[in-house]
Amino acid sequence: MSRYRFLDTAGLIFLAVVLAMAVLIPASNLLLSPDHPLHVPDYLVPLLGKYLAFAMLALALDLVWGYCGILSLGHGAFFALGGYAMGMYLMRQIGPRGVYGNPVLPDFMVFLNYKELPWFWLGFDQFWFAAIMVVLVPGALAFCFGWLAFRSRVTGVYLSIITQALTFALMLAFFRNDMGFGGNNGMTDFKDILGFPVQAQGTRATLFALTALALCGAYLLSRWVVTSKLGKVVVAVRDAESRTRFIGYRVENYKLVVFTLSAMLAGIAGALYVPQVGIINPSEFAPANSIEAVIWVAVGGRGTLVGAALGAFLVNAGKTWFTGVMPEFWLFALGALFILTTLLMPKGIVGAVSDLLGLRRKSELPSVPPAAPAPPPAAAPAE
Amino acid sequence: MRNVIRGALAAGALAAAVFAGAASAQAQETVKVGILHSLSGTMAISETTLKDAMLMLIDEQNKKGGVLGKKLEPVVVDPASNWPLFAEKARELISNQKVSVVFGCWTSVSRKSVLPVFKELNSILFYPVQYEGEESERNVFYTGAAPNQQAIPAVDYLMKEESVQRWVLAGTDYVYPRTTNKILEAYLRAKGVAQEDIMINYTPFGHSDWQTIVSDIKKFGSAGKKTAVVSTINGDANVPFYKELGNQGVKATDIPVVAFSVGEEELAGIDTKPLVGHLAAWNYFESVDTPENKAFIDAWKAFTKNPKRVTNDPMEAHYIGFNMWVKAVEKAKSTDPDKVIDALPGIEQANLTGGVSKMLPNHHITKPVLIGEIREDGQFDVVEKTPDLVPGDAWSDFLPGSKDLEADWVEKKCGNFNTKTGKCGGQGS
Amino acid sequence: MASIRNRASALAALLVLLGLTFSGALSPAVADPLDDALAGFTADKYDDTEKAIQGVVATGAPTGKAILDALAAGRLVFDPESKTVLLKDAAGKLTLAKTGEAAPAELASRPLKTVRANNRVRRAVEAASGAFELQDPNPKKRIDAARAVFKSRDPAALKAIETALATERDAGAKEALQQARAAILLGKADAPEADRIAAADLVAGVGDQDALAALRSLPAGSPQAVKNAADAGIASIERWLSVANAFQDVTFGVALGSVLLLAAIGLAITFGVMGVINMAHGEMVMIGAYTTFLTQRLIHTYLPAIDGASLIVAIPAAFIVAGAIGVMIERTVIRFLYGRPLETLLATWGVSLILQQAVRSIFGPTNQPVSTPDWLQGSVSLMGVSLNWNRVAIVLFALGVFFALLLLLKRTSLGLKVRAVTQNRRMAASMGIRTPWVDAMTFGLGSGVAGIAGVALSQIDNVSPNLGQSYIIDSFLVVVFGGVGNLWGTLVGAMSIGVANKLLEPWAGAVLGKIILLVAIILFIQKKPRGLFALKGRFVDA
Repeated sequence: MSRYRFLDTAGLIFLAVVLAMAVLIPASNLLLSPDHPLHVPDYLVPLLGKYLAFAMLALALDLVWGYCGILSLGHGAFFALGGYAMGMYLMRQIGPRGVYGNPVLPDFMVFLNYKELPWFWLGFDQFWFAAIMVVLVPGALAFCFGWLAFRSRVTGVYLSIITQALTFALMLAFFRNDMGFGGNNGMTDFKDILGFPVQAQGTRATLFALTALALCGAYLLSRWVVTSKLGKVVVAVRDAESRTRFIGYRVENYKLVVFTLSAMLAGIAGALYVPQVGIINPSEFAPANSIEAVIWVAVGGRGTLVGAALGAFLVNAGKTWFTGVMPEFWLFALGALFILTTLLMPKGIVGAVSDLLGLRRKSELPSVPPAAPAPPPAAAPAE
Repeated sequence: MRNVIRGALAAGALAAAVFAGAASAQAQETVKVGILHSLSGTMAISETTLKDAMLMLIDEQNKKGGVLGKKLEPVVVDPASNWPLFAEKARELISNQKVSVVFGCWTSVSRKSVLPVFKELNSILFYPVQYEGEESERNVFYTGAAPNQQAIPAVDYLMKEESVQRWVLAGTDYVYPRTTNKILEAYLRAKGVAQEDIMINYTPFGHSDWQTIVSDIKKFGSAGKKTAVVSTINGDANVPFYKELGNQGVKATDIPVVAFSVGEEELAGIDTKPLVGHLAAWNYFESVDTPENKAFIDAWKAFTKNPKRVTNDPMEAHYIGFNMWVKAVEKAKSTDPDKVIDALPGIEQANLTGGVSKMLPNHHITKPVLIGEIREDGQFDVVEKTPDLVPGDAWSDFLPGSKDLEADWVEKKCGNFNTKTGKCGGQGS
Repeated sequence: MASIRNRASALAALLVLLGLTFSGALSPAVADPLDDALAGFTADKYDDTEKAIQGVVATGAPTGKAILDALAAGRLVFDPESKTVLLKDAAGKLTLAKTGEAAPAELASRPLKTVRANNRVRRAVEAASGAFELQDPNPKKRIDAARAVFKSRDPAALKAIETALATERDAGAKEALQQARAAILLGKADAPEADRIAAADLVAGVGDQDALAALRSLPAGSPQAVKNAADAGIASIERWLSVANAFQDVTFGVALGSVLLLAAIGLAITFGVMGVINMAHGEMVMIGAYTTFLTQRLIHTYLPAIDGASLIVAIPAAFIVAGAIGVMIERTVIRFLYGRPLETLLATWGVSLILQQAVRSIFGPTNQPVSTPDWLQGSVSLMGVSLNWNRVAIVLFALGVFFALLLLLKRTSLGLKVRAVTQNRRMAASMGIRTPWVDAMTFGLGSGVAGIAGVALSQIDNVSPNLGQSYIIDSFLVVVFGGVGNLWGTLVGAMSIGVANKLLEPWAGAVLGKIILLVAIILFIQKKPRGLFALKGRFVDA
């Protein structure tokens, strides 16, 4: 009970698998001939890369939800902001290769009669600047938002709903063509990243490997946070906020740190996502996307970092597969999956598996409390 | 213990779900045709019909023996109205399923999303919806209307027949309405309409509360000059818009609304009584009386087993596009994309309104422009038809950024040839 | 049809008109000009059709009114070969346009073409029939006809107006006729100046947007005095309209607030009272809307006599269908999740996906038409602000549902049990309340109310599988803004959001207005972390 190992068995397996993917998948894709049975086809690489970026988003979300009890229904906003920062860099790299051939202005600006680049686009032609913005913009937004919300002690569903309102407002704002972010069409048709063509298989494989490494890094960071003293206080906040406050901890500061950190991770995930899928547009801000991210975490296992990543990977792989083999009925399958997971595996896949193996009590953190308090009169389980 | 059993059960259920249907039959050699239309999400409302239309066209072609002696095999996927998913599914169709051609997309953003994929993997996309122009790609064939094939003739009609002097340009805030309205604004100004006689209004997607805007339109229309609304409002938002028009008593004889995104399919979901007389501009109406159209409608109703299913303009675009592709494949004697792309310009195909459409070197086609008035039964009365087919113009002459540009994939092998500088590559620097 | 019933009065009107046109000379040789006029219909050009309409009116043929009605209804046909113009009645029976006699049988087998009408032709028909209707025995019809002339300001109608004015007895109709006459005179360049100035005052007195249009469209070169009178009129109307506009914005806001209230009120029970984060709430609204569609369809097919009441029948139907589905969801899914509110989000999201796809599979992805009954169409003008019956009905309906629900929760035994179970489940159970049954009923109630909201929303929005999705975020915002667990909060929350939205919209635009509103709500929650009406008591700070 007293000390958590920095890395437990599940964590070690997870790191090993992701690192193996980072090496083996690009290697197999680039080195093996397409006829080889172990060859990873070209189309699969960015697809898997996308899953890994989503896994990172899920990890970030699990950090705030699973460990800090903040159910954010707006994490997609941080993901999308990171994506937009990267998208702006990629847009600037197109240079004179756009359809109008303007050396500075992206196509959509030429079309909307912009004479010069708006101020908030300055600097995005530099990778280092964009890279800072990827972390800074989501972080700053999360900081401001959290600073307001946590100090005012907005909790529970109230917090969830205003995070949803936040991402919804951002979606509407980015949809506006007058905002200067390309409106509904967003940004697409990227050419180069750091001088390498985005479409080249080598770049794709590298991006994939980078995403896998970033995921490992994010995992280690999150793991470090939750096993540190900070992490213990954060779990205490999740389980009994008032009690923690009365003991003398500044609850809002702890929450703020974790929330901001999580938003930054989400931003990085978004930045890795964009060059691999090739488009960023306001629908990434859609509240439904954020809700889906919450569902990945729940399916994988809330409060288990590995589970969140696994859930994101599995649900998205399932989605890809279902939309291909049963395009008319895949929503039934997905819906049923969500319902069955909640009913039959309340602790998610990882929870169920570790229950099965009897591992839980030894090394894992205490599970999510059985009766999380509901805002209106809390109810004990029926029956 | 109970949890363990539950968990095991769930895992079993999951595994069963994953393996069910994994068995896909491998028939003899076929030519695969990809269909990339959303079957769920917000765009399913429009795109599902196009998927069915494609299935019917493929089915009919197979009855005629397929192409090059091979049967056609449709491959349907669901991009779920999710734009990154469009790119992903396009990639899956081309590199995984090895389709020879893809028919798909509806929104501009979905087309923009899949464009890099088609360029990279060198495949062919047929895009069936009216759109904003300002684009011509080697791998894409645009069978829907460019702005000069829809918007400008409609405005001409209103000027001539209704002597309209005051214009409301109302649209959803995305690139198609923005472009169309810019082109129209430039066109109207060139025709001598004063700036204060043009009102431009943008609303978000799925806008459902039109009270304020309709009352603004009424106000704008009370300046003593004949007023009309040119609507580029997108699909879903139209129903509440028209309902509000009806509610506030705006009749077509007072302030007519001409729409570019409202067809038979959209009207099937509205009580059309208060809308009689409002207009739409398209290149096809179900009510057009030609033998080809009658055969098409009959086949459609038989195929869907639903005597109430309507046909619409993007379906006709797919009809033309699909038949053009078949002819090009027969001409090239191959389904190889490069050969088919080279064979397509110049191919002619009878459209359903009594003319013969031709694929142009800029990858757009010639189409007639029809203006229709809404009838009480949800169909359109054709009140005007251009005498000749109008060739689609990829780059509008009314926009400063594109008036010098021209697309020609036959002679110049270029989608944005600058006639001023004589070079390929946009405005240049 | 009306045309048959009006035949006699139309004849009378024609006699009057004829008297004007031909200075009383009723010659038997009218046949020739009518033939000429009718020939215009067979040219299949709008210009000729328009001339033909005027021609028919000028000849004063007894069948004139019937011809115009048939043209407007698309039942005027002609034989392209013999150029015979025929009327087709609703049953498809053909009569000769010229005489009104039954058409020779051989014409019926010919490929007849319909005379096409566009808006211009329809306007011409309206103006021409207006002349007939100025003599209608029903004063309300006469007023409508006069209003139509006021709007069109067609100088050709002046004589008809003056004739009608001479014999008019009804005060209301007389006033409308005088206003119509003034509107024409105002724009008539050759009318005496004094008459035009008087006309400007009279038109300004009408005070609505049509009057504004009339005053603004003075022909160029009008005398300065007339211009001044018109400008004064314009200024006075605009002053009034700016007040009216503010009032109008508020009424729009209340209407929008009622829509939000309707959409959110079911959620106020399932989420607010029971604590279930019910993402399937929107789908319950959608099911209500589809029930409305089905009810209308069924009634239209089997009981056309009560067609107009189908919307009323749909209310209990939607409540039962959505309520039953709600109970089913509660029994199969939600009951395992009490005490785990966040997990209800996951499960109900799954339910919502399944319901959406189920509806899409059954009804297809396209919109379904739901018609608005006649008694909900039209509008009433209140001090220059027009209120649509449709919106008024939704406001009243929303308030009705709200108070009924309040009554149910506060004054019935079920309501007492619901409150007992949600406040202290164990205690309630030990008092002998069957808590599972109460849970099922409560969730069913919330879902049923959502279904009722669907009936109302089917009148103003798409009936499509996506209907629910577009309201779910707003619904949650309303409930949270008002304060979870408090029905009054939901009412106040919905109304304030609605009115604020509509007040912002005119100057910020629809999108920016909504963004500002969302940010305002986020900031508001910082001030009041538990919504407008926070529940007071021990269990709040859990």
